[in-house]
This record gives sequence, structure tokens and C-alpha cells, in this order.
Amino acid sequence: MSDDEILAKLTEIIRDQLDEDDIVLNMSTLASSVEGWDSLAHVRVMIGVEEAFGIRFQTSEITSLKNVGELVALVRTKL
Amino acid sequence: MFAPLKMPWLTEPPADFRARVKRVADLENGHGSALAQLATHRLNSAQALSFTNVQQNLVKRGISLAPLSPFRLALLSSGTVDAVATALPAAGARHGVALEVVVAEFDQIIQTAFDDSSEIFAKRPDAVLVHFDHRWLGLDRFEPSADAARERVDHAIDRVVTVLRALADRTGQIIVSNLAVPPESLFGGLDASVAGTRKAQIAAFNLLLRVMAPECGALVLDIAAAAEQVGTATWFDPVVWGLYKMPFAAECVPLVADLIARQLGALRGRVRKCLVLDCDNTLWGGVIGDDGLAGINIGPGNAEGESFLAVQQMALEMKRRGVILAICSKNYDEIARGPFLEHPDMALRESDIAVFQANWADKPSNLEAIAASLDIGLDALVFLDDNSAERAQVRAALPMVAVPELPADPAYYPLYLTSAGYFEAVAYSQEDATRADSYLSNARRAEVKQQVRDLGEYLRALEMTLDVRAFDEPGRARIAQLINKSNQFNLTTRRYTEADVRSFERDPAALTLQARLQDKFSDFGMIGVVIARPHDSDPEAYDIDTWLMSCRVLGRRVEEGMLEALVTQVRNAGRRRLYAHYLPTDKNRMVREMFDTLGFELIAEQKNGGRSYRLNLDDIAPRQLPFATKGA
Repeated sequence: MSDDEILAKLTEIIRDQLDEDDIVLNMSTLASSVEGWDSLAHVRVMIGVEEAFGIRFQTSEITSLKNVGELVALVRTKL
Repeated sequence: MFAPLKMPWLTEPPADFRARVKRVADLENGHGSALAQLATHRLNSAQALSFTNVQQNLVKRGISLAPLSPFRLALLSSGTVDAVATALPAAGARHGVALEVVVAEFDQIIQTAFDDSSEIFAKRPDAVLVHFDHRWLGLDRFEPSADAARERVDHAIDRVVTVLRALADRTGQIIVSNLAVPPESLFGGLDASVAGTRKAQIAAFNLLLRVMAPECGALVLDIAAAAEQVGTATWFDPVVWGLYKMPFAAECVPLVADLIARQLGALRGRVRKCLVLDCDNTLWGGVIGDDGLAGINIGPGNAEGESFLAVQQMALEMKRRGVILAICSKNYDEIARGPFLEHPDMALRESDIAVFQANWADKPSNLEAIAASLDIGLDALVFLDDNSAERAQVRAALPMVAVPELPADPAYYPLYLTSAGYFEAVAYSQEDATRADSYLSNARRAEVKQQVRDLGEYLRALEMTLDVRAFDEPGRARIAQLINKSNQFNLTTRRYTEADVRSFERDPAALTLQARLQDKFSDFGMIGVVIARPHDSDPEAYDIDTWLMSCRVLGRRVEEGMLEALVTQVRNAGRRRLYAHYLPTDKNRMVREMFDTLGFELIAEQKNGGRSYRLNLDDIAPRQLPFATKGA
């Protein structure tokens, strides 16, 4: 899976998890800049990403994420 | 393997679930029923969120969600349970309630319980659920002194009772969770015997809570039992506890929501009262109409017979606690009753059955008749049937009837049925136990008012593939077996040996068909056989010597698919007509009119009940059949 494909799938997942169909993400998007992506939604997003890709994150991996690009890179290492 | 976390008794949601749930918002009426129907699926977190958002908007617009019963629930937890709150409306709709959930701030149980001005109480909740785990109560560490351990448990109970009493002064129904035992051990197998281990402290706490909760007017949410059934090593997830303070694994969320919703449904009286059972391959192995009393598989002595016996014993236990039992089977009444009356290894007897519906009408009509005759709602029925097509038909026609999905192996049926929470109770009394008996009236039959139902959509949804081909060597043994075993769906009941079958296979003048059926749930294997020979006197015709099918595929239009294949063969052979016969036996009454239904012309009736038919191929109207077809 290329980074673009991962980003596209992540965008779908995050739209689903925030129930908001017009969210657009790029590699430098910060969670805080997306409406509705608060700390509670973040739990849902991370669990939804694990559920959709069939992967599990480690504690340290989740706590160190800075932006969407880093999440894409992290997912890539798990596939 | 049975994995309760996946709630395998629920159906997979359609791929466009979110679009469907959003469309509920645009309905003119029937919002509540539409939501209840969508909630019968197993939902992931995003689907549950869409459901919740749609339902909340409907409530905001002041739209009634009847027949769902409105219920406001306040949730107080020592952990992060927002995911549960999101999953709750769908779970509630599954169990008859339209839930509005308000969540107190994370880890503010005590502050909230004592705060009269809390927004939780301002919402006037119908029930408050207090949820905590062992960590909040200090039962998360070893205590070497047994006395100190007992003191610690007492202290934990005091803390909980204080909260429950405070809530009792301020609100209505209280529900309190008990504690799951974490999977780590200190002494291994000795843990339960050492008073100071977490396991022993939590066990002592749970016992005390069972005593104290009723004194405070609280119901217990049995998280401990759920965690045990799931497996505590799966239940507890140290990663999400560390990161988010979620008290259990994310995968547990739908099940926890369902457990809560069952209890709320039971509080509102939204419980199922009657278990309706199919017969063939649900209560015994085999087909009673074909295999006879001696041929069905039930009772001790072999693994399959014992697993069917276990299904019957579970049904009997349910009856002993007060669940009404009914039978709904596609069979002749006297044939279906046979095992209940005469088979020595049956656990269920005719006298255990309140309504006994065995006939050839469709199952939705019979379920309606059962509910009407017991004077209970359709939403009080649970229907257990091994046949995926029957299940799909009942769900499509009567979405308010609970119909658990079932795996191929009947050994799992009791687990599926008892894990789905259909018969949840918040209290139990001696009167409940005798209720089932009060409905018994000698296994009466109810009058069926059969309706014409559009089955097209449900048949298409089964994604059936019908494979029809001429006899060949790989099919030979099974063809011979069907020819010698089929009694009910058998037009001529002519028996042939395997050697005879081989002669048909090699006879260039004969037309032969073997049909196999698959759908998205299961592979039925070979289910139909046709043999036709050149007609004696009409050189442009074939004569159908044998036509039989397995009763497992009744009502799926397989006979039409087989006719279509046969007609193609007749045309390819350059002929234009088909002759056919119905030869009556004491078992094949159900197909007496099959050729009429297929469009054949009745040309003669014999004194013994035999019927002769003719079909001109030019007169056949094309049919839209619900199969993908293949075959040689």
C-alpha cells in the first residue's frame, strides 16, 4: 500500500469515526485543526484505525504522533 | 469456536449501512421500527456512531420513535466509557428502548452522586448506571494479611454503598456493575484460596455486592460474568487502559452496550416470552418426513444426536424458568408430532409445546399465528431455525421477531441462543416459572392466515448459485442416494440402484439433471435430480420419469430453475414437449400440484390420485429467477 493509498483509507476511516463526510486530510494535518477531532474522538479514531487496518499500536507509538503524516508512516510499518 | 465479543448471533450489516441509517431521517413515519430493524445487525464503531447521530436528531426534532420505549440513562464511570455511550442507542433499539444517554465526567462518580445540581440529575434519568472497576476500589493489589484484605473489601463495599445511597435519594432506578477479575495471578492456581489476592478480594466484593445492591434498590450489571465468558485476558487491555483509561478492550464495547441495553429493555418489560423451534436439523438431525422415526438423529450414542439433545434440553430448561415453547415446522402435522410422541430419545414431548404449527404455509404466517394464539406480540418471539433462507425470510417479513444467526454445527446452538440476551430478567419468582405451563393447551394448532409476501428481495439477497448438469461419475453415488431416500418432494418415487443411475448416465437418449445449490451462507450440495426419457408415442416429446428435490431448499424456486435447465436440454435435443406425472404416495402430498404451479397442463387424473401433465415449450413464459446459474 502506498502512502497515498493509506492516506485515502485513513481519510475514510476518520470521516466515518467523526461521522463527517467532507473532512479532507493531508500529510501535515493536525488533529486539532479538524473540527470534531477532540480527545474523545481521538480515542475513537485510533481504535477505528486499528480495527480497519487489522493492526495494533504500541503505547509509545500512539503517544508520540504529531500529525497525519506520522500516522500514515506508522500504519505503513505495521502492514 | 464461539466468540461472544463478535456477537455472532447478529447478522452482518449491509455494506451501505450508514447510508441506510441516514435515510431513516427522511422517512414520513415508522422511524422507530426502521431503527429497530437496522439495530438487528452487528455494528462497528463508525456504524454505531451514525446510528446514534441519526437517532439523536430525530429526538431533537420531536419525532416519536415508537414502538421503542423512550429511556434516559445516566452513565457514571471511573473510566472512559464514551465509546459505550456511543454504542448504546443501537444496542437499546435492539432491545426495545430508544436510549438517550448522558455521561458524567470521567472519574467523577462520587462528586456527581452527591451534587444535587449536577446536569445528570437535571436530565431526570430513568436509570443511573454506576460503573467502576477494581482499580477504583483499591482492589488492584495484593494484601499479605488476610484480615487487612477483608478490611479492604469492606471499605470498597462501603464506598460503593455510599454512592448508591446518595443516588437513591436523587434519582430512580440504579444499576451498579460488579467487578471482572483481571487475568494476572500471583500464586497461580492457589490465587483463589489466598484471601489477599486480587482474585479473592474481588470474589468477596462481588458476593457482598449481590447482598448490598438490592438493599440499596440497585440492580447488578454482571460485568464479571461477561468478562469470564469472553475471557479476562481478552477483556482487559492494558494498552487502552494506559492511554485512554478505557476499563476494557475496545472490542468489548458493543457487547458491554448490549448487556446494558438488555437490562434496560427488561426494566421496560421488553423481553421475549416464547421460543419458537424449527424441527428438522434444529431439534434432531435429518428430515423426519424422509428419514422416518428410525432415521432421524437424536439422543445419546453419537456426537451429533447428543448435540441435538442438548438443544432440546436447553429448550426444556427455558420452559422450566417460564419461557413458552412453540414449534414451527414445514411438515405434515402428524409426521412432525411423531418424534415428540413416540421417539424414546427425545427430551421434548408434545406436552411441553404450547402451540404446534406444522404445515406447508410460510414461516412468517405461522409465527403470526403462534403469537396470535398465545395473545403475545411478535416482538415476544425468538425463532430458532437451522435454515438460513427461512431465517432471512422471517427477518425480512417480521423484523420484530428475534432470529439468531446460527453456525453450521448444532453443537453451538445452545451457546448462540443463550448468549444473545433474549430472555434477560431483572427479577425471578415462582410465578414466572409456572407461566409457561399456563399457556399449555395440549399442543394446539393455531389457524394460519397466509399472506402473499414478496419474497423476491430476500431470495435475491441470498445470492444463490444453482449448478445444473447432466449425470456424471462424481455425482453418481449421491444421485442414487437421493433417488432412494427422498420421499416428500418426489413426484414419482421410483427407486433406482447405482447401476441403474450409471445406465441413465450412459444412455444418449435419456436427459438427466443433477442440481446443486449454494448461497452466501452455505453449500447445500446436490439437492435435485431429474430423469427424462423419450416419450413412447409422441416423437417430439420427452417424458419425465423422475423428479425429486431435497426439502431443505423448499421455497427457493429451485424447481423453476431445474425446469428451465430441463427445457433447454429438451430444445437442444430438437423436441418441443414434455410429459410429466405425479404418482401419489403417503408422503408426497406436498408436490401434488407442483406441475400445475410450473405451468404444465393437466391432461388426465387417475382414480388412485395420479395426475398426468403436458407442457408445450412454445407456451413457456420467460421467468426472472433469483439464481446465478452454472453447469455443463
